[in-house]
Amino acid sequence: MRRTGPIALLFHTCVTIFMLAPLVIVCLVAFTPENTLSIPWRSFSLRWFNAVFEHSDLMQSFWNSLGVATFAATLAVALAIPAGIAIARHEFPGRQALNGLLLSPLIVPHLVLGVAMLRLFALFGARGSSLWLTLAHVVVITPYALRLVVAALAGLDRSAEQAALSLGASHATVFRRITLPLMLPGITGGWMLAFINSFDEVTMSIFITSPQTVTLPVRMYMIATESIDPMMAAVSALMVAVTAAAMIVLDRLYGLDKILVGQH
Amino acid sequence: MSKATNTASRWTPFALSVPSLALFALMVLLPLALTALLSFQQYDQDKGVQSGFTLGSYALVLGDSYYYEIFFRTGWIAALTTLICVLVGAPEAYILSRMGRPWRSIFLLVILAPLLVSVVVRAFGWSLLLGPNGVVNQVFELVGIGKAKMLYTSTAVVVALVHVMLPFMVIPVWTSLQKLDPMVENAALSLNASHWTVMRRIVLPQITPGLLSGSLIVFGLSASALAIPGLLGGRRLKMVATLIYDEYLHALNWPLGAAIALALLVINLVIMLSYNAVLEGAYAKRMGRS
Repeated sequence: MRRTGPIALLFHTCVTIFMLAPLVIVCLVAFTPENTLSIPWRSFSLRWFNAVFEHSDLMQSFWNSLGVATFAATLAVALAIPAGIAIARHEFPGRQALNGLLLSPLIVPHLVLGVAMLRLFALFGARGSSLWLTLAHVVVITPYALRLVVAALAGLDRSAEQAALSLGASHATVFRRITLPLMLPGITGGWMLAFINSFDEVTMSIFITSPQTVTLPVRMYMIATESIDPMMAAVSALMVAVTAAAMIVLDRLYGLDKILVGQH
Repeated sequence: MSKATNTASRWTPFALSVPSLALFALMVLLPLALTALLSFQQYDQDKGVQSGFTLGSYALVLGDSYYYEIFFRTGWIAALTTLICVLVGAPEAYILSRMGRPWRSIFLLVILAPLLVSVVVRAFGWSLLLGPNGVVNQVFELVGIGKAKMLYTSTAVVVALVHVMLPFMVIPVWTSLQKLDPMVENAALSLNASHWTVMRRIVLPQITPGLLSGSLIVFGLSASALAIPGLLGGRRLKMVATLIYDEYLHALNWPLGAAIALALLVINLVIMLSYNAVLEGAYAKRMGRS
């Protein structure tokens, strides 16, 4: 480290502890052998992890979340690629408006989107439908996919495309054989970021899920408002572990700092 | 290029954006319009939502000090969260930007990674830390402060909100610091400027846009956060988000919930747009001066 004074270092240490403390504590408490929320100093136990896997509601919600996040992230990327190409490579009237609309879920609170979609679903009779829940998730995660697609297109060297075109390749061939492969890291990063955001989404989902379609964070919210036991810590620790694994993959694929800091 | 491909390429961007446009029209614009309509509809305790036009829901919110109190509480909790995020996030971003490799990227990840962990997990973590027998209270007892009731008070809500929001402050400040050439600071120091002067005259002006945009994001997200006040504020510490939740899912007075949700949305948008206007004005002034 260079030129980091002792006060700055102390401050930095406190901030780091503050950021990590709640995540570390859930991972510790998850291993308690007791019935109470305590840190296991002497003995460890996996009983609460077993309790999670035997809890049918939680497992059902986990599979719901996995399905919704997988389909929603795929659909969001499928929409973001053409939209991103239009925004990054074409000048057309309404370009700014389109960009603003597609990024609007970052500004409109998820709470407001949730109640708005609840109204829509009630009118359409769509409550309890996984398809509509997935579409709602697509809306809130498209901004993340779009940002990475646009960034991938902006950093793309166009000379290879022009060379192929001048050699007589059709536009479709150029897109399939050159543009798409060059965008691939951005697309993969966008998919994973979209997936994580869908998997974690709670504020909007809480309004539009019904007993059959409850996602994992919503189920955890409902359990936590009623009772808190070490099983919640075990689920939380599993979620931290899954997120950490996804982060490592994402970091290898694309560079996590690039995704998180991104372009603002 | 022939005329045919010209017309085709003029329509290309529209063709490319039709699918996403259709989805967003159906899932964002239409529901928001429906909710706006809903907020003007009558609610009857026995019969539910009635057709017809009334300003009753808005009148109810504006005429009852109960709602003022909730809006006021939400406002000060979001403002306090924003202030703490500025005071902690800005120095932290600065410290991070001055670190050498590899520590800089490692700690940047440590600060930003919690963003990717579900907010329910983080709220649960804080309820473990701040509970009556939690780690924080044990530390308090050790140093002799004695136990403090934190869980289900505004303290817990603010602490957890700061934890959730801090990355949103660090990211824009960090981004604006990246554009600052360290040689400028060195030049000022070599010309005998004090560290304090360098901070005030060089670093602070550089990060001001980042601080402003970070503050807006943090304020907007804090004011509409649901899971944190829901899990750490308890039943009595109601905020706008938990109020909307209750109106929709417990009281089932949807028109009232819709009116409050729209008020929240409008406040959010007004703050965001006025910020853009202010920022553009400031840039225009700076351009004019140079």
